[in-house]
Amino acid sequence: MVRPCGRRALLFEVTSAAEVAAIVSAVRAAELAEVTELVPAARTVLVEVAPGAALDRVRDAVRTADPESGSSGTGTVHTIPVTYDGADLDLVARTAGISRDEVVELHSGAEYTVDFCGFAPGFGYLSGLPEPLRQPRLESSRTAVPAGSVGIADVYSCVYPRRSPGGWRLIGRAAVAPEVLFDPGAERPTLFTPGDRVRFEAR
Amino acid sequence: MTGGLLVLRSGPQALVTDRGRPGNAHLGVPPSGALDRPAYELGNRLVGNDDGAAGLELLGGGARLRARGNRVVAVTGAPAPVTVDGRPAASHTALHLPDGATLELGAPVGGLRVYLAVAGGLAVEAALGSRSTDLLSGLGPAPVTDDTELPVGPWSGTLPDAGPVPVSVPDTAVRLRVRLGPRDDWFTDPRAALAGPEWTVTADGNRIGIRLEGPPPERRPDTRDRELPSEGMVTGAVQAPPDGPPVVFLADHPTTGGYPVVAVVEPSDLAVLAQALPGTRVRFTVLG
Repeated sequence: MVRPCGRRALLFEVTSAAEVAAIVSAVRAAELAEVTELVPAARTVLVEVAPGAALDRVRDAVRTADPESGSSGTGTVHTIPVTYDGADLDLVARTAGISRDEVVELHSGAEYTVDFCGFAPGFGYLSGLPEPLRQPRLESSRTAVPAGSVGIADVYSCVYPRRSPGGWRLIGRAAVAPEVLFDPGAERPTLFTPGDRVRFEAR
Repeated sequence: MTGGLLVLRSGPQALVTDRGRPGNAHLGVPPSGALDRPAYELGNRLVGNDDGAAGLELLGGGARLRARGNRVVAVTGAPAPVTVDGRPAASHTALHLPDGATLELGAPVGGLRVYLAVAGGLAVEAALGSRSTDLLSGLGPAPVTDDTELPVGPWSGTLPDAGPVPVSVPDTAVRLRVRLGPRDDWFTDPRAALAGPEWTVTADGNRIGIRLEGPPPERRPDTRDRELPSEGMVTGAVQAPPDGPPVVFLADHPTTGGYPVVAVVEPSDLAVLAQALPGTRVRFTVLG
């Protein structure tokens, strides 16, 4: 479904993350100079064009999107060492009805995809979370979560790129320097880009 | 030329600004940049700068600066009294500041945001291709504080032969054109809900968004308890939370959000909103 979003943008709404990824790939492949923003989210892709540009070529490009092609993604794989000692590790284990060690095994045994970024620069929503770890957010958010904290909420896992408020259940800390996660001076300012794959390694 | 501009007093809020850093929303980075874009662009034209040179966005005016080296500046945006070494000077035109001269800006007589362009542009460090301060994510330079020396870049331009520039005093009532969508189908008669009431700008607005006091658009029964998965947001989006007044997103808005957007304000109408004082009455015209 195509939804209008002001004079300069369209919001494409679909029913799966695979379709989201396929639309992003199709628009990227069309190499349209007028596209200024291409923003995947959970079930939508927002495409914005430059002032004065038409949206026709964006519509045409999205029509070519093929979720079956299976070749979506950036091809980049990140392996992130994690110390699993998060403040909510016991809560997560209790909620799942398993031991702390099993939480660690499950979380570090899965492969994740950066579905989209939002909330803060470089904050990726990583899909691929094993079922027992799919748990709600904390009832009240923390006012400050340290950079590098590894959390889970809903169907996603995350790594907080910078210190910020946050309501995700924290299970560990990424053993990487903060500037690896977010460096505004770098050419690639954020570690995660939508379409990247991520693995966590217990240490 | 060495030196730059010494900010003696920064006023209520002084931020470095330029055209922002669009193109990074997929990384969670807001577009940012000058809120009253025409006023910012005019300032650069008046001092002969290249497009995109960094200047200052001064909320509520009230700043005092000293030239280090000879400088050419222009004050644009909300009309505010200007003096150079205590003598009245004009806004919306190029001003020559000899080395050591003091430029003082008073509070605007209407509107909120005063812009200062300087020939050569402010040469502070850029982040993701922009020198704009982003108040949501903390990107770009920190807000300018008293006694800060701002470096100015080299300038080899020529001053344009600018005729008089019309200055418009922002009104106490503004009309914003909107286009319905993307989530207008979540609301009962969204056209009437927007075009009917008179809205009022609340006092808690900032560069992230402006809240409008008035009757919240009523949700359709089938969407009343529904949650919207986060989706991409554009500048100008009119987001309608279930339990409060709508918010119009400005340049430092979050790149994704989980409340339905009932309509989007025309980009060319956002400068007027950015200059609207708390208490300003707002009416929507629904296009198409």
